[in-house]
Order: sequence, then C-alpha cells, then structure tokens
Amino acid sequence: MAISIPYIIQQVINGLVLGSIYSLVALGFSLIYSILRLINFAHGDIIMVGAFLALFLSSSALPFWAMVILVGLAGCLAGVVLERIAFRPVRTAPQVTGFITSLAVSSFLQNLGILTLTAQPRTLRIPDFLSRITTLGPVGIRNIDLVIPFLAIVFAILLNLFVRGTKMGIAIRATAENLQVARLMGINVNKVIVVTFAIGSALATIAGVMWGGRYGQVDPLMGFIPGLKAFVAAVIGGVGSLPGALLGGYFLGLSEVLFVGLLPPQYSGYRDAFVFGLLLLVLLVRPIGLLGRSVEVEE
Amino acid sequence: MKEKPTFLQPILELRDVHFYYGGVHALKGISLALHPGEIVTVIGANGAGKSTTLRLISGLLKPRSGKVIYSGSDITGLEPEKVAALGISHCPEGRQVFGRLTVIQNLLIGAYLQKNRNEIQRELDRVFDIFPVLKERRRQYAGTLSGGEQEMLALGRALMSRPRLLLLDEPSLGLAPMMVEAIFSTIASINKEGTTILLVEQNASMALEVAHRGYVMETGQVLLEGDSVQLLANDGVKRAYLGG
Amino acid sequence: MELRPFIDYFSLRRLIYRFVTWMPLRWMTLAMLLLLTGMLALAQAFLNPYYLSIIEFIGIYIILTVSLNLTNGFTGLFSLGHPGFMAIGAYVATLLTFPVARKPLMLPNLPAWLAHIEIPFLPALITGGIAASIAAVVIGFPVLRLRGHYLALATLGFIIIMSNLITNLRDITRGPLGINGIPAATTIWLVFGWAVITVYVCWRILNSSFGRALLAIREDEVAASVMGIHLTKYKLFAFVTGAFFAGIAGGLWAHLVTAITPRTFWVPMAFNLVVMVVIGGSGSITGAIIGAAVMSVLAELLRPIETTLGLYGLIQLITATILIVILIYRPEGIMGHNELNLAALVKVRSFGVSRSPSAPEDAKEGENRRRT
Repeated sequence: MAISIPYIIQQVINGLVLGSIYSLVALGFSLIYSILRLINFAHGDIIMVGAFLALFLSSSALPFWAMVILVGLAGCLAGVVLERIAFRPVRTAPQVTGFITSLAVSSFLQNLGILTLTAQPRTLRIPDFLSRITTLGPVGIRNIDLVIPFLAIVFAILLNLFVRGTKMGIAIRATAENLQVARLMGINVNKVIVVTFAIGSALATIAGVMWGGRYGQVDPLMGFIPGLKAFVAAVIGGVGSLPGALLGGYFLGLSEVLFVGLLPPQYSGYRDAFVFGLLLLVLLVRPIGLLGRSVEVEE
Repeated sequence: MKEKPTFLQPILELRDVHFYYGGVHALKGISLALHPGEIVTVIGANGAGKSTTLRLISGLLKPRSGKVIYSGSDITGLEPEKVAALGISHCPEGRQVFGRLTVIQNLLIGAYLQKNRNEIQRELDRVFDIFPVLKERRRQYAGTLSGGEQEMLALGRALMSRPRLLLLDEPSLGLAPMMVEAIFSTIASINKEGTTILLVEQNASMALEVAHRGYVMETGQVLLEGDSVQLLANDGVKRAYLGG
Repeated sequence: MELRPFIDYFSLRRLIYRFVTWMPLRWMTLAMLLLLTGMLALAQAFLNPYYLSIIEFIGIYIILTVSLNLTNGFTGLFSLGHPGFMAIGAYVATLLTFPVARKPLMLPNLPAWLAHIEIPFLPALITGGIAASIAAVVIGFPVLRLRGHYLALATLGFIIIMSNLITNLRDITRGPLGINGIPAATTIWLVFGWAVITVYVCWRILNSSFGRALLAIREDEVAASVMGIHLTKYKLFAFVTGAFFAGIAGGLWAHLVTAITPRTFWVPMAFNLVVMVVIGGSGSITGAIIGAAVMSVLAELLRPIETTLGLYGLIQLITATILIVILIYRPEGIMGHNELNLAALVKVRSFGVSRSPSAPEDAKEGENRRRT
C-alpha cells in the first residue's frame, strides 16, 4: 500500500470530520455529566433522532441551514422531554440507578425507532453543494468534509461564549462545581439541568445530521456505537471538562481514522476494540483524563 | 444590652425542630428566635448541631418535625432557591466559593435573583467598598485566593443579594487572628446597616463580643440562651467555651 | 343458613405457617428439589419442544441473573460484562463439542489441534466456564479498581471488545456469520442441574464469612477495608465466580440454540440481564430467579404479538418502559434485599409489605452522592 502525502492529508481530514462529530456529542455528554454526575447512555441515541429528523426534513424544500437549526431545536425539545420523564424522578437515587435509567432510555429510543421506522437502513441525501469537491493543493475534498469541522468549531465557540459570558452559563458552571451552594444563591437547579439537557441534545442531534450526511446511512441503531465512542472521547479529555471533550473528540477521531488508514488492512476490523481498549487504558492509567479535575473514578 | 420588647415580631423563629441523620437524632427540639436588626450567635462544640440548624433554615435539609417561621410565614421544608428568594442568604461553612469562577462571577452569581442591572452594580460597588481587595482581584479565579480573601468573597457573595437575614457558618474557621478581627468588625458594620444576622461560631468569645444575644447548643439541644453579656459572665460558658 | 367452609381460610394459613416453620431447612430444600424434579419431568413428558425450550431459556437466565447478582447485587459492583463471559463459554464449548467430521466444512482454517478435538458436552461446558473465569481474572484485576458507573462503562467496553475480537478472529469463529449446526446437547436436566448448582453456590457464599465480607463491601467500601477486608481479593472472587457461571450459561445457550454469532452476546443481552436483576431486586437470590422468570415469560407472551403484527422492537420497548417505571417507583425491585421465605409469605401474604430495611440508607446515599 502506497502511503502518499495526499493520502495522508485525506486521512487527516477524515479524522477531523469524525473528531468533530465525536466532539459535539462529547460536549453535551460532559455538560450533563458535570451537573448530574450521570453517564447518560441515551445521549448517543439522540444522534439517531437527529439523523432521522434530517431524513424527514430533507424531502421538504427547506434550505440546509434552516434544516440544521430546526433539527437542533427539535433536539432541545427531545432532551427536555427525556429529562422530565425519565431522569428527573431518579435524580436523588444512587448513582448507578441513573446509569441504569439511561440504559433503559437508550433501549427505549432504539426500539421505538425499530418499531416505527423498521431496522432497515435508509439513505440520507445531502444538498448538491455539500457533495461537490473543492481542490486544495494536491487533494480534492468534498465540501461536507469542510463544513462539518467548521460547524463543529462554531458550535464549540458558541457554547464557550455561553458558559463563560451569560448569566445562565455561569450558573451552570457554578452548579457543576457545587450544587448545594448554587441553590443557596437562588439558582433554580431544575432549570439549569433542563438547559444542559436541551443544549447537549441539540448538539447531539446536529452531530446526527452530520453523521447521516457524511456516511449516508440512517438506521435506529446507528447512534449507539458513535455515542459510546463520544463517551470514550469525553473520558479521554476528562469527563466534565468542556475543553477536554473537544480535545478528546478530535484525539479519538484522528487516532481511530489513522489506526484504520495507516495500519495494514487486516487490522482495520479491530477499530472498535482499539477504541474501547483505549478507554480501558485511560480509565486505568489516568482516569481523570487529559484535562480532568475531579478524581472520583477510583476507590 | 436591654431585653427586646416582646411585641416586636421575630424575623425568624424555629419551633421545636427535630432532625435525624439516618438513625441519629441530630437535633432534639430546637427553638430559637431572631428579632429584626439583631446579631444572634449560636455557639457550641463541634457536632452540637449548629451547622445543621442553619442548613434547616436555608432549606438544604428538611426537618423531621417542627416549624421554621420567617417574617410570620411558614417556610419549613421550602426549597433552598425559594428560601434565598425570600431574602435569606446562607454563607456556608468552609466558605465554598466557586473556585473555577472568577471573583466577579462569584459576586454576580450571588446576585442571581436580582434582575435590575443598576441594583446589581450598586451592590457590587458596595461590596468592593467593604472589601477593596476583591476589586483588585476581580478577574482572578476564586480558587487562587487566600483563605481570608475567600472568606471576604463568600461574605461579599452573600451580601450581593441584599439579604434581610444573613446566616453565617463559622466565618472565622481557619483564618489568622488578624483576619478574624477584620471579618468580625465587618460583620458588625453589615449589621449596623440593617441586616439581621444569625452567626454560628466555635470561636465563642469573638462571637459573643459582636452579638446581642446568644444560644449555647450541645448534642442537638439548646442548653442556654441569653444576652451576650450574661453568657460571657456565665461560669459554665466560661469553662466550656471561653477557655476560662 | 350460612355456608361455612370446612376449614376456614385463616386457620388453614396458620396450619401451613406452622408446617413450614416447623420443617427443618434441609428437608424443605429436599422437598423443593423433588417438586422441581417432578415439574420438570412433567414438562418433558407433556410439553411440545417450543414450550420446553422456553423453560430451558428461563433456566439459563436464572443461572445468569443469580451469578450476576453476586457482583451487582451483593458486592455492589455494577458489571455489564456477563455477555462477554457468555461468549467465551459458548465459543470454547462449541469448538470442543463440534463434530470433527464437520469441522473442516464449517471452519476450514481451524488450527490443527482444534480441528481434531471432540469431547463430550459436560467437560466442554466446564472448560468454557473455566476459560471465562480466566478471562475474568485478566479483566477484573485492573478494572475492579474502578467505581460505580465507571466500572459499568469499562465492562461495557469489555463486551464490545469481545464481540469485536470474535467478529475478526474468523479462523476460529467464522466471524460475523457465526457457527451453526452445533450439537443440540442441552437438556432441561442439564440446565436446571446447573441452575441448582448456581443457586446453591451463591447461597453458600452468602451465608459464609466470605459472603458477609461481600455485603460489607457493598454497604461501605472504606469501612470494609478498614475492618481488614482485602477489597481486591473479595471483589475478584465475586467477579470470577460470576464469570464461571456466565461461561456455563453461554455453553448451554449455544447447545440449545445450536447457532451462535458475535451479536448474540452483545449489549442488549447485558441490558436484559440488568433488567431481570433490577426487577427481581438486586441483592436477593430469589429475587433474581423471579426476575429471570417474569421477564422471560413476559417476552414470550409478547412474542406472538410482535411477530403477527410485525411490531418488531415491541418486546424491548415494553421491557425498557417497565424498567424505567420500576426504577422510579420501586427501585429496590420486587424483593429488595430480602429472600422469598415461605413462612413469611404465608404470614404477611404479599411481598409488598416486607419493605427493604435499607430504604433510609439508600436515601442517605443519594444525599451523599454529590461532591460538595
């Protein structure tokens, strides 16, 4: 196999695209974790919800940007509804209960998808301008491969401005650091949690549009593994840290693509084992991740 | 200090409050009252139930039985954010500033319920007047401040909401003697501006010096109550808490 | 004239209560075993193969939930790893029992020593169980240091890694196609024989000083270690024992269905086992048995609806909904930390009355959950 410069550039771009998607999902995951100490398994299935919403909206005459916004808003709604119905009632229960609840919600969403839409994969068409190829020096790149990282960075910056500069954002950070004292300040924790679920889910649905658009196929189980890998990304970056989620997402996306792209093909089937092996490694060697702060992982 | 006239309605009243930590009977029928404009201190040894009492008032804990009355209305078991909205500000033990927020963000979070920007600015200026060092360090992360500065920030943060009633939990904890003096004189001056204060302290002599009245707690019960002067003169108090 | 029953209900109950409290435990056990044997014999004589297989599946689920409860219920280690151990047990047992004559057709690239081996089912099953426990030692040693949901995440990673390895080790496993035509060696007697062994072993462990150490770890890890309980040793023991029985259950599963693929032992399996344990009451052997039976029967009742109406996903959807409802309204499950006890059952008549004594502690745990 010839490894040429254009090939490597192409692989790096593929890695950045995958990393962008992981990052968006990991940001929401970390945000929710930082407030509730909840590993929300259902977060990955929100990706699937977003992809299906995009599928339904793609047949309408809506412009692409309007579709992304609409899907994001629907994602907010989905997050709020799930929080209210499933997560709020178990909030004061032991940690593991919240975790099992999220597994149940994940299974619920997947099977609701199978029940109503069948397990058959469907094709998501993207607007022509996204599949056109732009030539940059020695390589030709599909426009969507440029749009995805661009959008991911824009959303990451917006999220950063939100949590640093707005009253609600600062309240979220205060609650993440010390929930009890935040309540003493008059912060309505329910509202904070609803907002984090709304933002996190919106980011995940948009990631779903990206995933469906980039890899073409949409099916009810599509969100589970990417969602889990986004958790791995968040753990690598340091759970609960937003810059960590971003960093972990790109680190994982790039290393996964390069693992498949640069090693001999007989190893490429082991990409999932590679990613989850990495998870085990991080949990055992540096459980707080690259940028994490809290050490509550171990005994 | 003269006895307050009894027709004056108390701003805060606890009536026979009981609380359990799991199976442990932590508060065995606490009753106390604060009148507007007072500084009242609760002194007692570690584990007497002082902090628990404050947490019950601010809603972080809910009593098993008994009542918490604030300005004539029953606030027993109300959520902490709602208690805060009524004008009660609880400055928790060990300061607990938000270390990952800047000083100014901490203060703004203190005024979370205040919508009016001008009001917030006025309070901010007032806090900066009281604690000029916070103004110097306003862009610094609160986690990087010294213990005394963090205590000032915690106090300032509690003041940002313009509370009618301030609950202070061990403000002198872990501070150098100089700093303790400064904090207590600030507490006295905050009170002079009209804020009623309930002060929980292990440093009984300092607390009784600044307070009008005091309660002595032991193992979940109120043992004694009276004017600070009387308590300072009480032999039992002297022996147990004043090192006399 | 008023009709009077021959023996009124309350004195009948008193009679049964006297009887079951009087009878020594070992007689009681013997009676229960005889009852079970009789029922299984009847089932084998009169039920058609479909219903018989449902009963066998229930037996396998009992092995799985009771052994999973050793970690998840009694030691307070939330593991999702059981399907991974099942997969090891299933593939190892299958490779050992698969007829040598058909091996070249099914698995042409098998290493020579494996291609020429064929042993009876029982030793193959036990070898599978042992292989699973060895894997549990390797995995458990590092992973059991992790806490709460991080342990769950790590064991979930283990399932995915296992399934990924099986998919890719095509020479031995035939990859995603899986192996079919496995000898149908699983019988109802083998399944329930192993179920009885599992229950017996777990019961003996729980009623030993070893079991009390496990319970101590669940209640308060720090206190347990201060009391001199060697955490790693006990946790590993519970994990490895559970994995052994999971391996056995995997082997039984393979030789009941006669076909296995990597996807059989995947996340939904882990989810179903968790549902059974939670619904039965994590922390109770009888609870685990009840959970396994109730959820299997429910799935079988719903299956005709799912297939005839074409509503695929319905069973899992309902299972997930039940789990959410249980977690919200009765998180301690049907049995909580209690065991089903005939005497108590007759006396109080409903499980609902015997509330978990640890309820206030759970509440406290919830309160302490947050870092302040």
